[in-house]
Formats: sequence, C-alpha cells, structure tokens
Amino acid sequence: MMPPSVSTPTLYRRAFVGIVSRELLRFLKQRERFFSALVRPLVWLVIFAAGFRAVLGLPIQPPYPTYITYDVYIVPGLVAMIQLFNGMQSSLSMVYDREMGSMRVLLTSPLPRWFLLVSKLFAGTCVSILQAYAFLLVAVALGIKIPWMGFLTILPVMALTGLMLGAVGMLLSSTVRQLENFAGVMNFVIFPTFFLSSALYPLWKMRESNYIVWQLCQLNPFTYAVEALRFGLYAKVNGFALSIVAVTLVVFLAGAIFGYNPSRGFQVRKSGGGE
Amino acid sequence: MSEADAARDGAAGSGAPALEVDRVSFAYAGRKALDDVSFTVRRGRFTALLGPNGAGKTTLFSLITRLFDAREGAIRIAGRDLAKTGASALAPLGVVFQQPTLDLDLTVRQNLRYFARLRGLSVKDADRRIEAQLERLAMAERIGEKVRALNGGHRRRVEIARALLHDPEVVVLDEATVGLDVPTRRTIVDHVHDLTRTRNLAVLWTTHLIDEILPGDDLVVLHRGRIVATGTAEGVVAETGAPDLDGAFARLTRAPDGEAAAR
Repeated sequence: MMPPSVSTPTLYRRAFVGIVSRELLRFLKQRERFFSALVRPLVWLVIFAAGFRAVLGLPIQPPYPTYITYDVYIVPGLVAMIQLFNGMQSSLSMVYDREMGSMRVLLTSPLPRWFLLVSKLFAGTCVSILQAYAFLLVAVALGIKIPWMGFLTILPVMALTGLMLGAVGMLLSSTVRQLENFAGVMNFVIFPTFFLSSALYPLWKMRESNYIVWQLCQLNPFTYAVEALRFGLYAKVNGFALSIVAVTLVVFLAGAIFGYNPSRGFQVRKSGGGE
Repeated sequence: MSEADAARDGAAGSGAPALEVDRVSFAYAGRKALDDVSFTVRRGRFTALLGPNGAGKTTLFSLITRLFDAREGAIRIAGRDLAKTGASALAPLGVVFQQPTLDLDLTVRQNLRYFARLRGLSVKDADRRIEAQLERLAMAERIGEKVRALNGGHRRRVEIARALLHDPEVVVLDEATVGLDVPTRRTIVDHVHDLTRTRNLAVLWTTHLIDEILPGDDLVVLHRGRIVATGTAEGVVAETGAPDLDGAFARLTRAPDGEAAAR
C-alpha cells in the first residue's frame, strides 16, 4: 500500500472536514450533552423570565420596533449563554483530551498547529449554532415572537460570536494543565462573564443601580456578543458590537495559538515531566 | 558497537536512518529531563527504548511526536528536521500513545476515518486501508462497534491499525502494552516485530518491560535523562558482563549518577 500523496489544499480540506465531522458526530452521539445545553436556557426563559416579566418593564429600545416583554428581551442573551457554555465545554474537553490522549492525535498531525486549532474552533462553533437553533425553535414554540428573517440573519453573527467564545475557552484550555483545575476556572469565568453583561438586563438599568458594575459590563466582550446577536435576530446590524467581537476573537485566538505552540506555549513551560 | 551490530547495520539498516535523535537535551523549569541524547532507528529494525520510570522516555516521546519542540539538538524523521520543517515532517510517522486515544463514543470505523482525514486520505482510500489493517489484526468484524464495547487489547489493536493507516516509514509506540494481560501483550509485541520484517518499518518501542525485547532487537537504555547503553540486546548484555538482559538493565540503572558500564 502506498503512502498518501495529496496536494496541500486537499490535505487541508480533508483534515478540516474530518475535524468538523468528528465534532458533529460526537455531538449527535452525546444526547445528554444536547439536552443539557437546551434545558439550561429554557429554565431561564420559562422560570426566571416569568418572574421578572411582572416586575421589569422595558421601554422601546433598538433593535426592537415596539415594547417587548422580558422573555423576549433575554432570548439573545440566552443564545449567547448557549455559545458561552459550549465554548467552555469544548475547552474542557480539550483539556480532558490532552490529558487523556485523543487531542494528541490531532496535535501530531502533519499540519500547522494554528490550522488544527482554527478547525477545532470552527467545529465547536458549528455545534453551538445547532444548539442555539434548537433553543430558538423551542422558544418560538413557547410563544416568543421572532421574525423569520431573523433565523437567517443571526447565522453569521452566531458564527462570529461562537468563534469568539470558543477562542476564549481555547486560550483558557492552553493555560490550564490539569482537568481538576479547570472546573474552578470555568466557574470563575462563566458566571462573571454572563452576569456582567446585557444578557439579563439592559445596561441602562445597570447604570442606574450601580455605575461601577455598569462600567464592568461595558468592558466585557460578552456584552457585545449579546448585542450583536440581539440585532442579528431582528435582521439588523450593530457594527460596533460586531467589531468588538471580531477584535476579541483575533486577540484570544492569537493567544490560544501561542498557548499551544510546541516551542513557546504555556504547556511547554508548565509541563512537569511524566517520565 | 560490536561487529555483529555493524554487520546488521549493513544488512537491514542501509541508507539514512528513519529516525535520528541528535544531541537532544530538554529541561522543565530548570530541571533537566534529557541530557545530550543521541541514537538512530533504522528501517526494518525494532528498537527498544528501555528505561525505568522517570528515565525521560515520555519526554523524549513527546519531542519526537512534536508535542513539544526540542530546544537543544535535532530530531529528524526520514531525514527531515522537525524543528526546521515543522509539522509536515510528521507525515512519515505513525504513533501509538501510552494513553488511550480513541473516541469511545464513535465506532472503530469512525475513529479510523477521522485519523485518515487528518492524513489527507480520501474516504474511499481510507476505507480500503482500514479494512486491510483491521483484517491483519483480526479486528475486521469489530469495525462497526463502538470503541467503548471493546476490551483494552482490542482497543490497542485499533490504535496500531490507526498508526499504520497512512503507511508510515517510522512507528513510535509509547508503553503500548501497559495494562494488558500477558497473552495480549505477547500478541502485540509479536505483531509489531513482524511489521519490521514484512514492511521494512522502523519501530521505536518505549518500554520498561524487559520481556518485550527479543534477541536481535536494537536497544537504547535511558536512565535519568541520559543514554547509558546502545547496541543490540546481546551486545549490551555482553558489554555489561551480566548473565542476561535483566542483569544488564539492573547494572546500567543502578549507578547513582547515571554513568554506565556500557555506552
């Protein structure tokens, strides 16, 4: 049997398809992962939003053309929450895979590290988009009104926000050596990221109640992911939010590629031996 | 090197070595894990990298598979320098890691197809190779089963099939028989030895189990990050003056400063 002899573009294309299709296959096989990803935002939508709907009034604000109820308001934030959890879960599985082995199969491929990581990031984003669409369909079934065009226009925004949140997780995974350390990191990252944003409350409300927290929300890239998704869901563009998301993606991805660099990465410096 | 070793060089190991480790040193945060390590692995030869726990075998394995880059020295696979060529130098390399690296939720076929795509194989070509490799390892009938349903020995066979899928020139295996029962270990060791003869493969087999080394195998003994002996198994035994390989290994790894009787 002869060794494979393929052109470089073909090698890259096949490897990319392999990485993405493996992630999708894993997602389809792990039904518990899918349902937990769906149940988490639905709990917020059905229970949390039901309580807040009565106490929190929202005036007309972009991108909404009219008054909206609280449950309508938090849908984009919950889409972002799905992508945030997916990004963290992907990075958790990268730490696990690196410790347990299967990540090594990827990293010992004859392809540049940056390409492997970008492919892996893209694969995780595809999974998060599937989860988000499943959530949006259930939200519609529960009576949330979303313009049908929004299902289409939110797709490129979800791709960008998914990549950004995945890159954050990837950078984290490159700095954490052991799985047990990662649970603490996740809690430390997920909850402040989610609560210090416009996912659950409009920022002007936050400004009225606590100026410092409002400033922190303004500094949080997740806020801009939520706002980009909010506009995308209503077939509108928030250029500023998209720009912040794009810049954040580039910065965190560059950090992750550095972190996984076999010469200079964080793991090289931290690794302690084995045998 | 003995005359027998030199003769063997000429017979089985003609041409450039398939794998060269050339004056490689590596340290973790100031603690030296490898110190000026050099050896070669030739085509058609089974080379055992033998060392006790903590000798530096896994570090060396990580450098050869480019999980980390060697900062001092060079590693060449089929003549191509890993540091200079980058990831593409890994193309002629097949790897079996110590840790299980199969995805338990996917089938044997899905796992192998994933690897095949990472190596640029088309689905059609991959399927043909997967069937052929599994056939050789008596695993063809398990192709549609989830890896989770396989026992440790069968999982290891699938990993060996995977390492051979792209027809590599060199295969490196890191403690590939850890956790397996004796008959399964013997089957796998014999199979890998066969590969050196039937496919002219260069094999680097890291282990701390002496009974996995057969007469005539090449041997590199690593102790505390330094090479303390190289040659054929018989040559190393002769140079240490020990009655057998167990005794030679004990003598070589007993020296407190890593200095050895045979080099």
